[in-house]
Amino acid sequence: MYESLQELVDRAEAEGLSLGELALRLETEQGLKTRPEIEAALGRALEVMRGAVERGLAGDLRSVSGLVGGDAALLGTKRGDSAPVGPLAGTLFTEVLAGALAVQEVNAAMGVIVAAPTAGGAGVLPGVLLGIGRRREIDDGALVRGLATAGLVGAVVALRASLSGAEGGCQAETGAAAAMAAAAGVEVLGGTPRQAAHAAGLTMQGTLGLVCDPLGGLVEVPCVYRNATGAAMALAGIEMALAGIEFPIPIDEVIDTMGEIGRTMDVRYRETAGGGLAATPTGRRLARERLVQLKGKPRG
Amino acid sequence: GLPAARRRFVAALSRPRGARYFPPMVSLLDIIGPVMVGPSSSHTAGACRMGLFARGLLGGTPDAAKIELHGSFARTGVGHGTDRAIAGGLLGFPPDDERLRQSLELAEGGGLALTFANAKLRGEHHPNTARITATRGDATVSVTASSLGAGRILVTAIDGFPVEITGAYPTLVFVARDEPGIVAQVSSALADAGDNIATMRVSRRKKGGDAIHIYELDTPPSATALDLIGRIPAVRTLRAIERVA
Repeated sequence: MYESLQELVDRAEAEGLSLGELALRLETEQGLKTRPEIEAALGRALEVMRGAVERGLAGDLRSVSGLVGGDAALLGTKRGDSAPVGPLAGTLFTEVLAGALAVQEVNAAMGVIVAAPTAGGAGVLPGVLLGIGRRREIDDGALVRGLATAGLVGAVVALRASLSGAEGGCQAETGAAAAMAAAAGVEVLGGTPRQAAHAAGLTMQGTLGLVCDPLGGLVEVPCVYRNATGAAMALAGIEMALAGIEFPIPIDEVIDTMGEIGRTMDVRYRETAGGGLAATPTGRRLARERLVQLKGKPRG
Repeated sequence: GLPAARRRFVAALSRPRGARYFPPMVSLLDIIGPVMVGPSSSHTAGACRMGLFARGLLGGTPDAAKIELHGSFARTGVGHGTDRAIAGGLLGFPPDDERLRQSLELAEGGGLALTFANAKLRGEHHPNTARITATRGDATVSVTASSLGAGRILVTAIDGFPVEITGAYPTLVFVARDEPGIVAQVSSALADAGDNIATMRVSRRKKGGDAIHIYELDTPPSATALDLIGRIPAVRTLRAIERVA
């Protein structure tokens, strides 16, 4: 069913459907749920994502270990007015970054989020999709088809490669999330199935090899920030694809490559906190200080 | 056609050596979901489901529970809220329940005495594994389960009996004397009530001793079937556990 994104794009084009519409039909065909039930479930996911963005932008949350919290708000409204601002301040770009950070800060503080594709990569899709949705006043029906498109891409990645940091590094989590968000963005902006696949490829090519190196094994540092940069990658993929740029390597092969790189990645870079940023002097010190074992109460 | 990728996908979802696990069809809602309390699908959502399963075996909130964390659960459990997630599951909170964050305080207030320990469980175990030993009234149960990722779990032992339960179906579990005819009586009781069996497993630790029966059903067992099975003389500790995953 979801084994080849290329075949799904060809089928969508042959049947004159958007990728999101095809995804909803295929899911209905599987018979696990009826179409209204599927749309209701995706609608609920959309609501939970909106709630998480809002909750995170408030900026008063601290993560379980105390390491992260309050950064999304800095990109949002709570900014010192005297400081020089980034070149894209006040544009969709910073709203998308803020949304991605917000959801991950809620996640890190044991708040409610949608694990899409996983909890560790849960900020990218809401950041991108809701950011675009708000700016272009896109209705929830279209956004649900966007989520269905993202789910389709994620299902192909799950079958051909992996969505787990422990198996495939961060490229399999925030990288896959970025490719999903790119395809979803093209869908809701009215791009073609072909453009959605190219947006996914143009995005995933930029995150190949990304390691999973969480401090102390927690879904906090650098995970929260990788969701923001993942969202930025997705926006780049969307812009290029809608401009008509096509990635020369077909999307299925890009996904297979991500899977291959993940399998050959040293275990230090696959969620064991044994390498990468987790193994830096500061990374180790922070983990020692903040990773309270059972004896003590977590601080912060 | 992708036989290699399909094999890798199934292997990637593999669990302790020897345990066989074929995932149900991949659904969009497996990818865009579940709605859950963070921070980790395996260390929080999966852990919560393990607590819910143990609760199901006891039929309600335990009076006391000892939670032993193994491997990655032991090393990073507190940081991921694994302790709170399992406690919340024992209290009946689902993985998307905001109260998970305060479940340790709520347990204390709710008369559930909790003790935690890091443990090196003997034998081959997935890194995200815990053993929950919980008591409710005069019933005590010991459940060993692993969190496979994406919120999925696999229960690998109940009271020392080796099992393979995903928690993704309503599940009938009981211990019975190891004698002929029990499976026939159980399956006919279920058949008469129109309850369809998804998977079935009977295993024992030694011949002629006790056997554990596990039936994963497509729908919750009907009252008539439960009543009939409960009255089979050889059957003891019959439990019907709701779907947790």
